[in-house]
Amino acid sequence: MLSVQENMIVEFSAEMFDQFAEIKTRYPEGKHKSALLPILHLVQAEYGWLSADAMAKVAEFLAIQPIEVFEVATFYTMFFLQPKGKYVLEVCRTGPCCLVGAEEIMAHIEMRLGVKEGEVTPDGMFSWRGVECIAACGFGPVLQIGPKYTFHEGLTKESVDQLIADLKQKAQTN
Amino acid sequence: MAEEGKFKVTIDGIPVEVAPGTTILNAARLIGGDIVPPAMCYYSKLEGSGGKCRTCLVKVSKGSEKDPRPMPKLVASCRTTVMDGMEVSNITSDEVLEARKGVVEMLLINHPLDCPVCDQAGECKLQDLSYEHGTEQTRFAFERRTFERVDIGDKIQLHMNRCILCYRCVYVADQLTTKREHGVLSRGDYSEIATFIEAALDNDFIGNVIDVCPVGALTDKTFRFKNRVWFTKPVDAHRDCPTCSGNVTLWYKGDDVLRVTGRKDEYNEVDEFICNTCRFDTKRTQDWILEAPTKVDNESVITANHYLNFNPPPVIKNSSELQAANEEQLARTERLK
Amino acid sequence: MTRKLLLTHIDVPGIESFDIYRQKGGYRSVEKALKTMSPEDVVEEVKKSGLRGRGGAGFPTGMKWGFLAKPEGVPRYLVCNGDESEPGTFKDRFLMTKIPHALIEGMIVSSYALGAEVSYIYVRGEMMPQIRILEKAIAEAKAAGFLGKNILNSGYDLEIYIQPGGGAYICGEETALLESLEGKRGNPRIKPPFPAVSGLYGCPTVVNNVESIAATVPIINDGGEEYAKIGIDRSTGTKLISASGNINRPGVYEIELGVSVEEFIYSEEYCGGIAGGKRLKALVAGGSSVPVLPANLALKTAKGELRLMTYESLADGGFVTGSSMGSGGFIVYDEDQCIVRNTLNFTRFYHHESCGQCSPCREGTGWMEKLLQRIEYGGANMADINLLWDIQKNIDGNTICPLGDASAWPVASAIRHFRDEFEWHILNPEESQNRNFGLAHYADPLVPVS
Repeated sequence: MLSVQENMIVEFSAEMFDQFAEIKTRYPEGKHKSALLPILHLVQAEYGWLSADAMAKVAEFLAIQPIEVFEVATFYTMFFLQPKGKYVLEVCRTGPCCLVGAEEIMAHIEMRLGVKEGEVTPDGMFSWRGVECIAACGFGPVLQIGPKYTFHEGLTKESVDQLIADLKQKAQTN
Repeated sequence: MAEEGKFKVTIDGIPVEVAPGTTILNAARLIGGDIVPPAMCYYSKLEGSGGKCRTCLVKVSKGSEKDPRPMPKLVASCRTTVMDGMEVSNITSDEVLEARKGVVEMLLINHPLDCPVCDQAGECKLQDLSYEHGTEQTRFAFERRTFERVDIGDKIQLHMNRCILCYRCVYVADQLTTKREHGVLSRGDYSEIATFIEAALDNDFIGNVIDVCPVGALTDKTFRFKNRVWFTKPVDAHRDCPTCSGNVTLWYKGDDVLRVTGRKDEYNEVDEFICNTCRFDTKRTQDWILEAPTKVDNESVITANHYLNFNPPPVIKNSSELQAANEEQLARTERLK
Repeated sequence: MTRKLLLTHIDVPGIESFDIYRQKGGYRSVEKALKTMSPEDVVEEVKKSGLRGRGGAGFPTGMKWGFLAKPEGVPRYLVCNGDESEPGTFKDRFLMTKIPHALIEGMIVSSYALGAEVSYIYVRGEMMPQIRILEKAIAEAKAAGFLGKNILNSGYDLEIYIQPGGGAYICGEETALLESLEGKRGNPRIKPPFPAVSGLYGCPTVVNNVESIAATVPIINDGGEEYAKIGIDRSTGTKLISASGNINRPGVYEIELGVSVEEFIYSEEYCGGIAGGKRLKALVAGGSSVPVLPANLALKTAKGELRLMTYESLADGGFVTGSSMGSGGFIVYDEDQCIVRNTLNFTRFYHHESCGQCSPCREGTGWMEKLLQRIEYGGANMADINLLWDIQKNIDGNTICPLGDASAWPVASAIRHFRDEFEWHILNPEESQNRNFGLAHYADPLVPVS
């Protein structure tokens, strides 16, 4: 059984509920389960991950069973069921990017952040992982950073260092 | 030409006329015998089931009278409907048998092969399938995928290691209960049957997941290690049940009812789904009106419960629970020495 | 210079905005279709164009549209497949980023042709920036009266919504995409029924790739016959090719179908030759799923003819000596690349992306990955190659959806064409950690593998 070590009790804001309600209008009457993926993205963008409580509350909003949300959340790789770093660096690890050095970039990120794939840096700032093809093979190596999925192409070790420094600075000024 | 309103289909050279909309598998079941493709995931009483395990693949060598072209790939007979004049090969096609062997191999590579300690042994469809289509040796030289064994509710145990992901239990919860609490999580070969966090399955009809499970992934905790199925005697019985039809099979050992299940047909499908009270909580003979011994296929191990020699595998030697369950056989083997 | 139909104005500053796009002749096809053509006329033009699905399968788009069931009182849907995830393919992301209105314009024309009043663009969830771009484009088009109620006073109503995916390659398979759009796990459906009869919410549905939909714009503007004049035989029109790997100029190129593979790789107009002056070792011409070809078979067919960038020529020789156009994901390998490693990488991809519904794909992809790990990192024996061959054979054709086939073909073709490289890896486990095999002594491609 999938274990969910931590739970986080969430309370969706009125604004989030408004967004949920808008999403529901995109689908025909009675087909509101379609809103599940867009809503999960919003929830993850808000809290950084999907806790059991968050999933249960989404289920309640959509009047579906919690297991239906859990099934979906575990199927798609973008959803995190555990807390991650504030910035998750997702490096493409698929064929074409590997032809132009993606593996070296991943090794460099691991060294620079000092944590293994999937782990969180002690300050809670960063996680990283390899992901499958993110459709930018001609501009590799590439990485993306959620929740906005900003995109960084043609990575070099230097540009990765700069990116990490920029993110640290951004976090400080915020 | 087929009779008005019927389609004629030929399976392994045997013709049969069926209503339009009938699947190849169900047409084959009308003919019966060896030409019926095996089905591990399809369950006629569960809507939407089938198509997943790929053991029932057959070859359509002629599409129909109108369009005689063969179908380019093997098709899942449980989900492909017949056309008038269709010709199908199952056991007469080497291609089909080869593919089926391949599918059985896939189903077994991560299966624990723990039949000696599995309560399903003797009535396990995967066991039957392996005997018929499997090979003696595995070509899989890696560690098998494992999961923790979990109790989902106080009466049902889930051995995910044995699961072949037929989805039948998910359909049971969807179609027989008002609130589905378990489902398939993750994806690919990490997929597993599980509940939302650690919910317990609790519904009057949820016990049916045990009956529909083709393998020993979902078993009856009230029968756990009580006995091997082939040492028990099935008897059809009924009672006046306020929740379900009350038509069941009682599995006796001596005077004791060890287990209650739905009544199963030759394809291992229950005639009617039964409620949890009948299944788990009604195990005294006086609760039931007995009808007759259940008809059991001559080839089933359930008719053959008299092994001359019983060589217990090591796992039995090491477990007092299992020793108790096999007490009679161990004693007999001792006597015969 | 090649005629461009989709990327004509790609370099115009501000082309992503409605105003500039409109200035450059955008949305003419909507005006033409809604004011002067019946939906059937639009379908007819697309049929005449010979346009084939640009997502990978290459099925004629007009024919697909023709299959759409039209029962009374039941809504019909057009769903655009923007779940671009096939390794080697990045044209749709490019198009949606740079010229989003081309897709929106195509969506309006196509929806009109099919009689859809609500259409969805399913975009993979990772493409959040593209989702924002498309949402903005939709809002602009709506403000200009090209979407919403009574478009251009034609009486035709249309709403377009964007649906994000969640990270699953399998959702590029059209029925998995529909399941996902319905808020479920992306498990492909068992066909029949096909989406044309029972698709989204059980209603008749057409699912088309981003590029296919965008291509309807020039088809309606210039007429299907004009479109069909470009290209060779049944490979009509232009195609976006995503070029990546060891080349001088990777990127997205619009080609007239019929350019030779050799010209595409070596000319300055396209890939600009192999990077660093190295030699070509292998080519994956249509995304990771299609068979990999060694250099000799990439440039020429087994018959010795020049290999062209057409559906027919790329497939010439079947899977024994040919490959497939696929999605146009053109990955070039130079002499320093390792075929075993690349096959392992692709197989890991398919293992990771298998939905797990049917047994051959669920179990077989993982098994192949384990064997390839062993061949790449040591511990394998010669029998593993034949075992690998058997496993891919047991997957190919026996699964619910084409992901199974897609996982089998790269393995089969790698063994078929580069068997000696696999053998070298197994025989030299240590040496193969430090250097690559180099250019292959190609085994005769016509000799079947045992």
